[in-house]
Amino acid sequence: MKNKLGILLALVAVGSGVAWGVLRASPVDEDRFAALSGNPDNGQTVFTAAGCASCHHAPDAEKDAKLILTGGQKFPSDFGTFIAPNISSDPVHGIGGWSLTEFASAVTKGVSPDGAHYYPAFPYTSYTKMTDQDVVDLWAYMQTLPASDAPSQPHEVGFPFNIRASLGGWKLLFMSDEWVVQNVSTEAETKGRYLVEALAHCGECHSPRNALGGLDRNNWLAGAPNPAGDGRIPALTPNQLDWASEDIAYYLESGFTPDFDSVGGHMVEVVDNFAKLSAEDRTAVAQYLKALPTAD
Amino acid sequence: MKAILTFATAASIAFVGSAMAQEDFSANLKARQGQFRILAINLGILGDMAKGKMDYDAAAAEAAAHSIHGVSMVHQAALWPEGSDNMSIDGTRALPMIWDDFADFSSKWDALGTAAENLVSVAGTGREAIGPALGQIGGTCKACHDTYRASAN
Repeated sequence: MKNKLGILLALVAVGSGVAWGVLRASPVDEDRFAALSGNPDNGQTVFTAAGCASCHHAPDAEKDAKLILTGGQKFPSDFGTFIAPNISSDPVHGIGGWSLTEFASAVTKGVSPDGAHYYPAFPYTSYTKMTDQDVVDLWAYMQTLPASDAPSQPHEVGFPFNIRASLGGWKLLFMSDEWVVQNVSTEAETKGRYLVEALAHCGECHSPRNALGGLDRNNWLAGAPNPAGDGRIPALTPNQLDWASEDIAYYLESGFTPDFDSVGGHMVEVVDNFAKLSAEDRTAVAQYLKALPTAD
Repeated sequence: MKAILTFATAASIAFVGSAMAQEDFSANLKARQGQFRILAINLGILGDMAKGKMDYDAAAAEAAAHSIHGVSMVHQAALWPEGSDNMSIDGTRALPMIWDDFADFSSKWDALGTAAENLVSVAGTGREAIGPALGQIGGTCKACHDTYRASAN
């Protein structure tokens, strides 16, 4: 912990001094999406695959109420407890008043409309790999969702992690738009890689992190402690997860493991999302996982 | 001396207290975990048919559905005595929250019964009907496990 503090303070010093230009929160270019128009139908698929509602629905929401992105769910971590904000279409308390550029900056760069860094509990380090068309479509869809006027609650994060400027250094060290798995051999694996690494952000829970909370890309999807403190998040690499490809796809559809135990914890939300995607999408994820390199 | 005696008395009372609290729930655990095994084995038969791993057989599908329905008719109260949660004893993943709202816990089990009735009515009608009916059953498993069961390991 002391070590963590030291490194972070050093980052803060760097962030606030010499390299300010590199570390500041810079939004995406205004004209990047100019030629694209949003398709809300595909946006809905992106929204489901990206699991937006799973974290942003109200803590006790069920069924259709999960589409009211009022926020309030708590996510404990080594750095404090993050509370999902209101990202409903409400223009005051949600994101209804944002421009497409502001939305894209938030989702793909972790930069807020007023130029602050978001904490990476918001998985923009995965969403940074989202295609421009999917970003535009997602925005088109999210504007059709209901508004909630519940104010966002502040995160429960203490010093020094409450200094958001330090996240500029964090991003420089740990944010990359390169694929973790460079070699994919089939169309299905390529699609699976996009779903796993970009949209569904599986690595955020299934990969271990270093002392500063950066993902350990050398142990990609090799399992990790549960930040919520309840058990361990299992490995998905083929040497650990010996399920057949069709068993993985069936699990994502039905929530049943090969021996017909049922899914639990936050993964219930993930399976609910995957069940709404196409059978091809679920198979693609399975193919990608089966082709994963074995962790060291 | 007096202090030592008082301490010893307090310690022995505490010991007796904890020994009394440690009731033997092994039969309850075996019963409730056994019923989930019966469910899993029969869901496996239907699941293999739905996935195409096993040829569809109407009689076998109906038998599995009846077994699942039969388990769903076992009243649960006797299997879940208070104190048989994962904080109090080993060998279970049952969260103490079950006993905070036992009525809700019971209603989750009743939902399995409803889904099982549907499964019984469609299992013999053909392979295509099994997937969606299993999906319903799975939904009831998730709904309960999400709230009342601890994660593995």
